[in-house]
Amino acid sequence: MSARIRQLLFLASAPGMALLLLWAISGLPGFGNYPGPYGDLLNSVAVYERHVTNVVTAVNFDYRALDTMGEEYILFAAVIGVMLLLREQRQASHYQPPTLLRTAYQRSDSARWMGLGFLGILMVFGIYIVLHAQLTPGGGFQGGAILGSTSLLVYLISKESVYRRVTPKFLVEIGECAGAGGYVLIGIATLLAGGAFLQNVLPLGNTGSLASAGTIWVINFSIGMEVAGAFSMLFLEFIEEVPERTAKSE
Amino acid sequence: MILLQGLLFLLVAAGATALVLTRDPKKQAIVLSFYGILLSVLFLALQAPDVALSELAVGAVAIPLMLLVALANVRKKLHK
Repeated sequence: MSARIRQLLFLASAPGMALLLLWAISGLPGFGNYPGPYGDLLNSVAVYERHVTNVVTAVNFDYRALDTMGEEYILFAAVIGVMLLLREQRQASHYQPPTLLRTAYQRSDSARWMGLGFLGILMVFGIYIVLHAQLTPGGGFQGGAILGSTSLLVYLISKESVYRRVTPKFLVEIGECAGAGGYVLIGIATLLAGGAFLQNVLPLGNTGSLASAGTIWVINFSIGMEVAGAFSMLFLEFIEEVPERTAKSE
Repeated sequence: MILLQGLLFLLVAAGATALVLTRDPKKQAIVLSFYGILLSVLFLALQAPDVALSELAVGAVAIPLMLLVALANVRKKLHK
């Protein structure tokens, strides 16, 4: 298809698309107006029913905990897929390890000092976000993503070999798998305790304290581990694809 | 608050346009990271701090990084 035909096709279809979009937008409820009953209902009962101050977490990890389990396994499957593809490729007989390695750039002093300063803070912040899922915004997914990205900071401020030492592959794998499997195990444990699958059977504790909201806390911990592991694994696999030149390989 | 939200909507629209107009993939990855930050600030202003946190970690850090590494990999193969 030539550029001219493509352009004509675009010009012909763009107004139609714009009209459809405008039609859809005009039918939306007013900005900031929530019409459904579900959210309002939860907002008024969740704090008393589940002893949480973050209702979003109560929805994700209690009322709709099964849906979130599926969501977690989307991430799990995606990371396993990437891993399978890349590792399979590297192990194939016709695979040639890259001959042209990237030069290991000297990290500038300012980047190193700033990164070093942020490293501890970010790690503590990630753990805080995971553990305070039922109290403040965030939770296992967000905290895990922060923790996973923290390992990257090590890569940015030092070099690849140091990065590999602080994120050993087997630990990352164990973290990811234990976190993903943990979610299901929690569900099975609630069944054994006489509840429904993923029903909040643990004591709910005092609203606003760290040890509250029953299984929500435990599930978030396991998800935090899974997501941190998944992110680190992804980074590890991708960085392995573009190895840095080391003193040994020169 | 409405004013701030409006301003952020405009900024995000401008950021998205800038992102599309950046043609060099390497630069695009960096612009994408800034766009992720803009978007997460918008989510924060729309009172969705949970989503903002995710966007910050995934949109501003993880995706641009994957892109950069993929680009480095492609370049490496082209040199062979």
